Amino acid sequence: MPTAEKTLDEILTLAAAHFKVPREKLSPDDDFFKALGIDSLQTLDLLTKLENHFHVELPDYELQGVTDFRTLAGKIQSRL
Amino acid sequence: MTLATKGGTSSLEQSPALSWTVNGGMIELALHRSPCNELGSLSLLALEEFVAALDELEKNAHTLIIHSELKSGFCAGADLRELYQRSQAMEKAQAGAEVRDFLQRIHRALNRIDASPLTTIAAVHGVTFGGGFELALACDLIIADKTARFCFPELRLGLIPGFGGIPRLKRDVGNAVVRDLLLTGRSFNATKAQQVGLISQLVSEGEAFRAARATAAQIGKFDRHTSATAKHFIKPIPHAELQREIDIFCELFSRPAVQAGLRRFVESTDAQPYLP
Repeated sequence: MPTAEKTLDEILTLAAAHFKVPREKLSPDDDFFKALGIDSLQTLDLLTKLENHFHVELPDYELQGVTDFRTLAGKIQSRL
Repeated sequence: MTLATKGGTSSLEQSPALSWTVNGGMIELALHRSPCNELGSLSLLALEEFVAALDELEKNAHTLIIHSELKSGFCAGADLRELYQRSQAMEKAQAGAEVRDFLQRIHRALNRIDASPLTTIAAVHGVTFGGGFELALACDLIIADKTARFCFPELRLGLIPGFGGIPRLKRDVGNAVVRDLLLTGRSFNATKAQQVGLISQLVSEGEAFRAARATAAQIGKFDRHTSATAKHFIKPIPHAELQREIDIFCELFSRPAVQAGLRRFVESTDAQPYLP
């Protein structure tokens, strides 16, 4: 099983590539809505990408109140 | 309204909400109302016009494909902003009657699509929520690309799906899956949807419409009468349950919790209105 740090790094890389934001501009504690410039529909798109990449299922209610990459990574990690 | 003919196809643009083309035995109904094909009064009117044309269109077709031309997704469901604004502008009893009328009309349209002698395919991508999910469920086959997500978020608003979603979903998948979707309000990705038998095919991003056309070409090889007969044999329309769903929706709509839920959605500046 990958480490939490690896999972976090993969999320940042994936999000940067998908939303065409320079990877170096993203930090683990960034608000991903602001950092990526996305709305809730696009967040669902990101969720799909993450679920497919990590082969997990993450109920979207688990994202309630989650706004930073680090916490998001923790949610993914708990499903690996 | 304009009619254009090009290369053996004809296209009739009805409204900003949707348009259709007849292409070699395939009727292709395209949804294109920004931001995400929300189903409000304009869309319903356009859908009714399409359904009114179906009797004639079906004579020379074998398949109906419903798809979205918007990048944002197939359809995000009912136009909640319009629903809230209209319900606020009138007396409670009048609002209730209008909601019931809207539901009856959309049920008539979806029932007509459901009962079509054509084989019907929903080619979906992205958000396929609420009424959008219900539109897809009225079709015989759902072909989804990897970006598709399916959801019944209505409980978040104190409602249940009102466009026929519960009876139709029950027709297609096990009750445990129906309970999961309905009682949690969560969304399934396309991989999960395929695992539970909800979708016919899972394809790469952007490929759902192409795959639907390829499927339609196959369907077009079969005798039309036999296909229609087989379809009606294996796919009953649950009319009694559909009517009961309307009644339950209308009962719930009158409750203060619903107005509060709609107001929260409409007035939200939250980045996450589509999330639970």
